[in-house]
Amino acid sequence: MNLLRFFSRSPQSAPAARERLQVLLAHERASTGDSELVTKLRDEILRVIAKHVKIDDDKVSVKMERGDQVSTLEVDIEIPLDAAKKKPVNSGKKAA
Amino acid sequence: MGKVVVITSGKGGVGKTTTSAALGAALAQNGEKVVVVDFDVGLRNLDLVMGAERRVVYDLVNVIQGEAKLAQALIRDKRLETLYLLPASQTRDKDNLTPEGVEKVVTALRSAFDWVICDSPAGIERGATLAMRHADVAIVVTNPEVSSVRDSDRIIGLLDSKTLKAENGERMEKHLLLTRYDPVRAERGDMLKVDDVLEILSIPLLGIIPESMDVLKASNVGSPVTLAESASAPARAYFDAARRLKGEAVPVTVPGEKRGFFGKIFGRKAA
Ligand SMILES: Nc1ncnc2c1ncn2[C@@H]1O[C@H](COP(=O)(O)OP(=O)(O)O)[C@@H](O)[C@H]1O
Ligand SMILES: [Mg+2]
Repeated sequence: MNLLRFFSRSPQSAPAARERLQVLLAHERASTGDSELVTKLRDEILRVIAKHVKIDDDKVSVKMERGDQVSTLEVDIEIPLDAAKKKPVNSGKKAA
Repeated sequence: MGKVVVITSGKGGVGKTTTSAALGAALAQNGEKVVVVDFDVGLRNLDLVMGAERRVVYDLVNVIQGEAKLAQALIRDKRLETLYLLPASQTRDKDNLTPEGVEKVVTALRSAFDWVICDSPAGIERGATLAMRHADVAIVVTNPEVSSVRDSDRIIGLLDSKTLKAENGERMEKHLLLTRYDPVRAERGDMLKVDDVLEILSIPLLGIIPESMDVLKASNVGSPVTLAESASAPARAYFDAARRLKGEAVPVTVPGEKRGFFGKIFGRKAA
């Protein structure tokens, strides 16, 4: 028997469960898949950057954290020092 | 090369997901590099039990379909540096899991981690057989009651026929993890005895996890029980099970009984 623990009334865990579920379900019900949005954002961001430097797909990390008011998106891209040399800025004009 | 472990049972609600999180964390708490993989496509829960639900961007199906790189889908635990989660998809169904895709992912994980823990969905269909397909070791999670024992027996049959090991004529290493064991009901004689379950299933015992409020509390706050309540009875039982999984000889005690169970377990032959 653990009477001490019984009387010390550790903080309840159910409120934490309730809060976590509310945030999660709000996002899940809003459907349109967060991962699709993140994929779109990632692809567009990468396209912009790729115009200027050559980047390695493996060196890109996209993280997200959902909150109840705002979510944060974190895009981490490693740009090597010589990246700009490998792929000079291409203005899109064709050679005459 | 890491070990691939499937946590399986046939029956739902017996404690597979709880066990995947707790054992994965226990191994990582001892410095091993661990990834837990949720194979329950369409009904993911491991992310919630691990407290990573807000951070899921990509999942197993995204990786298999080539929509994300494996490294991008792995979520690192905020508390344990060497613990990672590969979540299941919530919006697509298990038909998106192809045998080739699963093989590629498991092979890549095996070379990067010490342990690849596969949390199987309930049932005996595609999802469950894909989760066990590449396993080196199987942990059969069983509750001491008739329907769970029956389903475990069925799963043991699948482990011995539908896995790569079985198809190559090798022996699949199988362990029994008895969970949700209630000492009070055992004392009253209302629950199958540990001995009885072991005799019926005749695979070696990895541990006995008591039924405990600490498991519920841990899942409420989104933390494996070995992290949230590391001194609790279920956590200690999971730590011991993790050591046995690594090959250590740790005596098994039956919750509620003082006497050891050591001789019995190790005297028993595996099937
Ligand atoms: N040792 C335990 N004591 C008390 N509750 C438990 C224990 N193990 C699991 N549970 C509870 O049982 C339910 C089912 O567990 P879960 O791990 O999701 O099973 P499965 O993955 O096999 O369906 C959950 O509510 C979980 O909190
Ligand atoms: Mg489960």
